[in-house]
Amino acid sequence: MINILGSLFILVGALFCFLGALGLMRMPDVYNRIQTGTKAVTLGVLFTLLGVGFLHPDWWAKLIAIGGFLLMTNPVGSSVIARALYKAGVQPWRAEGDR
Amino acid sequence: MSNATPKAAGHIDRHPSTESGLTLLVMVAIVWLLLTGSLAIQELVAGVLVTLAVTLIAYPRSGILGGVRWSFALPWYILVYLWVFTLALFKSNFDVARRVLTPSLPIRPGIVQVRTNLTSALGRMLLANSITLTPGTLTIDVENDLLTIHWIDCPPDIDLDTATAAIATDFEVALRRFVR
Repeated sequence: MINILGSLFILVGALFCFLGALGLMRMPDVYNRIQTGTKAVTLGVLFTLLGVGFLHPDWWAKLIAIGGFLLMTNPVGSSVIARALYKAGVQPWRAEGDR
Repeated sequence: MSNATPKAAGHIDRHPSTESGLTLLVMVAIVWLLLTGSLAIQELVAGVLVTLAVTLIAYPRSGILGGVRWSFALPWYILVYLWVFTLALFKSNFDVARRVLTPSLPIRPGIVQVRTNLTSALGRMLLANSITLTPGTLTIDVENDLLTIHWIDCPPDIDLDTATAAIATDFEVALRRFVR
């Protein structure tokens, strides 16, 4: 039972990572790609960690540490990439009507 | 709100202090406890030594951790913030999923600015991180008290106050209870 629950969480995590990857393919410019990449993959990895926590209950403390580091560093990385692009003068894509 | 420091728009103090060192010490201790995952006496003695050593070595750079409002309710405030944050993270993921899966790709991106009342580097970092991980917004730059944000569904002709209310206020209320 616990095994199935853990596997389900890992599956949901993989699904969110897939959505992030799909976003990378579909979005029109780099800022939107960073957006989908960061959010979906962060939650996807958190779900995966939760699933691993069900499969290996004695690892929970380390998994919390991993999740904490992920939440602190992942958005910072995305922000820094976006900031470098913005400072380099990359203009965001705009919808047709907004130009 | 009433005791907001007058230098809110200006330079952030990043000099190490006893208070920022204490924040560092607590964080290192928590990481040690999580990594060892044990309360055995040998682990705790080693943990005290390692924690003190790491804190002493990293102390000169600990200034960016200053600004925590210490109180007995601190763990509770952090939990409340994590709850607000988790809800927003879920919302943002369903939002992203909806946009990615809709064939017409309903996005209307734009860049807006948001003003924060948080004055410490730690507070602004947490706010910028939260904004990046929540629905449709990505922090591009933090300059003094102005955050530049890429918004995936930006209403046309939005002004700074409206954008602040829509993007930052929820987090700021939760954050300001435990960080300056």
